[in-house]
Amino acid sequence: MGYPHPPHPRESLLLSRYFGDADAQTYAGWVKRGGYAALRKALGLTPEAVVEEVKASGLRGRGGAGFPTGLKWSFMPKPKGLPHYLVCNADESEPGTFKDREIMRWTPHALIEGCAIGAYAINAERCYIYIRGEFTEPWRIMTAAVEEAYANGALGADAFGSGKRIDMVLHRGAGAYICGEETALMNSIEGKRGNPRIKPPFPAQSGLFGMPTTINNVETLAAVPHILNQGAAWYKDLCLGNPKSTGTKLFSVCGHVMKPGNFEITMGFPMKDLIYDLAGGMRPGRTLKAVIPGGSSVPIMNREEAETALCDYEGIIEKGSMLGSAGFIVMDDSADIVYEVYRLAKFYAHESCAQCTQCREGTAWTTKILERILKGQGKVEDLDLLLDLSDQMTGKTICVLSDSCAAPIVSGIQKFRGEFDAYLNHSRKPAMAAV
Amino acid sequence: MTQELVNVTIDGIPVSVPKGTMLIEAAKQAGILVPHYCYHPSLPSPAVCRMCLVEVEKFPKLAPACVTTVADGMVVKVHSRPAQQARESVLEFLLINHPLDCPICDQAGECELQDYVFQEGRAGTRYADYAKRFNPVEDFGPDVLYVPNRCILCTRCVRFMEDVARTPVLNVSERGDRAYIGIDPGEQLDHPWSGNVVDLCPVGSLISKDFLHKARAWDLDKTASICPGCTQGCNMMIDTRDDVVVRLRPRPNLEVNRHFMCDVGRSDYRWMNRGDRLEAPLVRDGQRLSPSDWDLAVERFAELVRAAEGAVVVLASGRASLESFGSLRRLLDGKDVTAAIKVPLGEEAPLAGVPNLALRAERVPNLHGALLAGLSDPWRDAVARLDGAGLVIVLDAELSDEETSRLAGARAVVILHTVDDDRLKPAALLLPVTTMAEENGTYLNRDGRAQRFTQAKAAPGMARPAWWVLGEAGARLAPGRETPATPAEAFADLAGMMPELDGLTYAELGLTGRAIRAVSAPPAGAPGAAR
Amino acid sequence: MSAPHSTGAAGPGAAESHEPVFAGAAKARLEVLFPNYPTRQACLLPALWIVQEERGWISPPAMAEVAEVLGLTPAYVRGVVTFYTMYHTHPVGRHFIQVCGTSPCHLCGSDDVLKAILRETGCGELGRTSPDGRFTVAEVECLGACGFATPVLIDDDFHDSVTPERVAGVLAGYP
Repeated sequence: MGYPHPPHPRESLLLSRYFGDADAQTYAGWVKRGGYAALRKALGLTPEAVVEEVKASGLRGRGGAGFPTGLKWSFMPKPKGLPHYLVCNADESEPGTFKDREIMRWTPHALIEGCAIGAYAINAERCYIYIRGEFTEPWRIMTAAVEEAYANGALGADAFGSGKRIDMVLHRGAGAYICGEETALMNSIEGKRGNPRIKPPFPAQSGLFGMPTTINNVETLAAVPHILNQGAAWYKDLCLGNPKSTGTKLFSVCGHVMKPGNFEITMGFPMKDLIYDLAGGMRPGRTLKAVIPGGSSVPIMNREEAETALCDYEGIIEKGSMLGSAGFIVMDDSADIVYEVYRLAKFYAHESCAQCTQCREGTAWTTKILERILKGQGKVEDLDLLLDLSDQMTGKTICVLSDSCAAPIVSGIQKFRGEFDAYLNHSRKPAMAAV
Repeated sequence: MTQELVNVTIDGIPVSVPKGTMLIEAAKQAGILVPHYCYHPSLPSPAVCRMCLVEVEKFPKLAPACVTTVADGMVVKVHSRPAQQARESVLEFLLINHPLDCPICDQAGECELQDYVFQEGRAGTRYADYAKRFNPVEDFGPDVLYVPNRCILCTRCVRFMEDVARTPVLNVSERGDRAYIGIDPGEQLDHPWSGNVVDLCPVGSLISKDFLHKARAWDLDKTASICPGCTQGCNMMIDTRDDVVVRLRPRPNLEVNRHFMCDVGRSDYRWMNRGDRLEAPLVRDGQRLSPSDWDLAVERFAELVRAAEGAVVVLASGRASLESFGSLRRLLDGKDVTAAIKVPLGEEAPLAGVPNLALRAERVPNLHGALLAGLSDPWRDAVARLDGAGLVIVLDAELSDEETSRLAGARAVVILHTVDDDRLKPAALLLPVTTMAEENGTYLNRDGRAQRFTQAKAAPGMARPAWWVLGEAGARLAPGRETPATPAEAFADLAGMMPELDGLTYAELGLTGRAIRAVSAPPAGAPGAAR
Repeated sequence: MSAPHSTGAAGPGAAESHEPVFAGAAKARLEVLFPNYPTRQACLLPALWIVQEERGWISPPAMAEVAEVLGLTPAYVRGVVTFYTMYHTHPVGRHFIQVCGTSPCHLCGSDDVLKAILRETGCGELGRTSPDGRFTVAEVECLGACGFATPVLIDDDFHDSVTPERVAGVLAGYP
């Protein structure tokens, strides 16, 4: 559903089918819509069989990394007496992304069911759902839904009479984008500063509380019941482009479009149609200038790239960017690329955890350089400096926040150099007052 | 069982290291120091400073050497262009907020930021005209100041307090480039081992108030020594400037104190600089004590020993060296000796994160050396025998007024002392000896480890090491016998006398010492046992 | 901009006696969470939320109390509190307003919404509490509602699609 708009005929409504339908938020309403059948089915299979099914479906992580989910589940060791944990990453903080919020708001039981199946598949008796602190409404709805699930026997010591324990704990974040990084998220649950950890060790070996852990995104887990219900082969067939990108994806389209919202499309869908058809195209009198497709942490795509790309992992890589979380930020010709790059750098500087030198100092420095350029005080050398700093901020740190800051800067300068030059040679008025 | 070895090549140099070794340690074996800040061999590795990034063949990205384990056949480049550029960039990033404080910063001359910038940094910064982050200096108390502007957030101090001292009183506060090291407002950094954070800090961010603006690092002479504060025997450096001790710092010894020493030991150096010293041998001639030369003094000493009848009582300082105990034994061979050392006691303060490391209750460095050498009588017994003793030898012990007055009950008193003290003037001989900072010697710590300390400052006046004084007197008693002319010979002589020392030599002790065969616990009633 | 932090002197409120937060119902709300985690330390973020719900902000004595209840040190707790931006370390107005300003919302006019809110609340400036003690306004980073620009979070109420014209009406609901 292009929620909050009515569903577009070219959408593939799987996860978003019931967005806007208040009855779907309740346990009873969800069961009426076919809910919890997948969990019952999964509990009748072996955990290994569930993992194989998800593997075969080609489902890939929807949080941004795109790692094959079934493969990730198979990294968990054989149960040896240590507690296993499933962690659901509902920290959605990537600028441009607002899909997990909707999944939790409208179909909380879809997520609960997906988490329960995931926990069972990896031999975990407990699943933590880490919800960012600002998501007050999803928190209330998920809390009520989890209570209902327990009351109806879907969760608890004996899930649906299977003899298996499945517990779900909601854990509230407190304002840190970096806690969306899986190892920082685990530290946050453990009651620590949200600092990402060095890998190795990997979560499947030593994760939450040092135990074998799998972390999955909300959208990923919400897709799992559908795979169980309709089969891996069916999910695999949902593919319009590269066979390695299967299923549907919610594209959170925002920025300069007539109809911002979440659009659910089959992987491989033409990006041009997403922008101009589903999202209603540009505002009157405006033309497309740029798109940041993956949430803000990926290279900016120019108009030509956006109008010829296919919406899947490989298709966007081919155009020099990444699908990421599909937080799709659209900019028309009225947008100031330099300002938006600056504002993103400011975001990353605010969110840096402070561990790694390049990130801690580099995100702040690049922000300052961009600010001066916007104030009309930039120097010609500043662009090369930005590129050099971005190069040293890429591939050198514990996590990729630093790389994420560099991506819009590098692509911005490479593809929209004219806009930067306009500030440098004063042919454009400063966007900010020089204090 | 031999450890499995792994072969790696670092900057073209092949090394073989045990499986599980980190690249940064393997590089040391190849004689290569990988620049680093947050890594420390005695702390857990967070890999946050990013200085130690090295190039590893077949790896897609540069790898942090402090947390990358060796793998057989690995080819590592520490000084390749990409690794050097990465380091240069880390240094540039660190310097954008780091103030140009070198002219007023205590760390200058021993600062790892200075060192690496000089070695591999850029000649100038590109951080033009932007403001640096500013925070005021904080007093973490009692001895530590925190200068947030200089902090590079390596977090060594936080990890030390949390993982080694097991008292998490420091934290990282805030986030991003606003981050700084915080201390709880109600707390002070008064843990008995907290002074180590000043050593650990690679820059001048955590500094010692005691050392503040006292001396420049390049003016200091640094001498290997052993802390004389307790029986732990932490290895230390004595830093002197113009023959004055200005600072004590721990010296690494993985078997004893790793990289640490306690605050009590660290701060106790002022006595090494005392000016009120005995400077010439004083020999009694009737009513008067007159300055004399050593020849006369040791001749007189030998006479007194030869003539001594009945009990000989020795009251010694626990700071006396093994060498002096050895010479003492030779000198008093055949006599009826009651010998004791004074052992002041204090509270034990362990460093929780390091096994077998603590500020010990027995606040003397050579208790176990004394016991080994036979000075094992309880102090009280020795003092009781002063009355009517044939000869009393005081070896630099600190005597109370009461104990000093009881010397009068002995027939003859010879005092070897460092500090001038009018109360000792009734003695027959008052001979100036050196402190442990002014001589070479050996201590035996509580784990039976013999460790050398070396001379850090000049002896005042005519003061000589106690082993020499006692040895010369002994030579007069047994003419023709070879007497030790150097401390090494004195030690070898001692080692020859005592099977426990197993024929050890100074060369074998080196500067990190050697554990000798197990020393048994002191018998009940002996010094060192509960009084 | 440097963060205000203690220079070793007692902070505001430290000299006055601190009424324990974890008593009665609040204590029960915390203790019911203990079985959910294998360590007490993991209850730190939930405990801090309870403090903020009860007192409106997290004072140094409150941090010390949380530390004691969970077996941590006050310094440790402070390190965690200052990491997460939603915890207030000083008192704020009766209603705390968070306005998103990151790029997707900026593209959709969040600057104008923020200006309108600062004007209508009487705060005038970010971080400053309005003279009547009613509001404090903060600009925050991405609130995860980019398609519903501009999202505004007031206390625990998430308001979607706020425009400058709607501001007065939204604020009216917060006496």
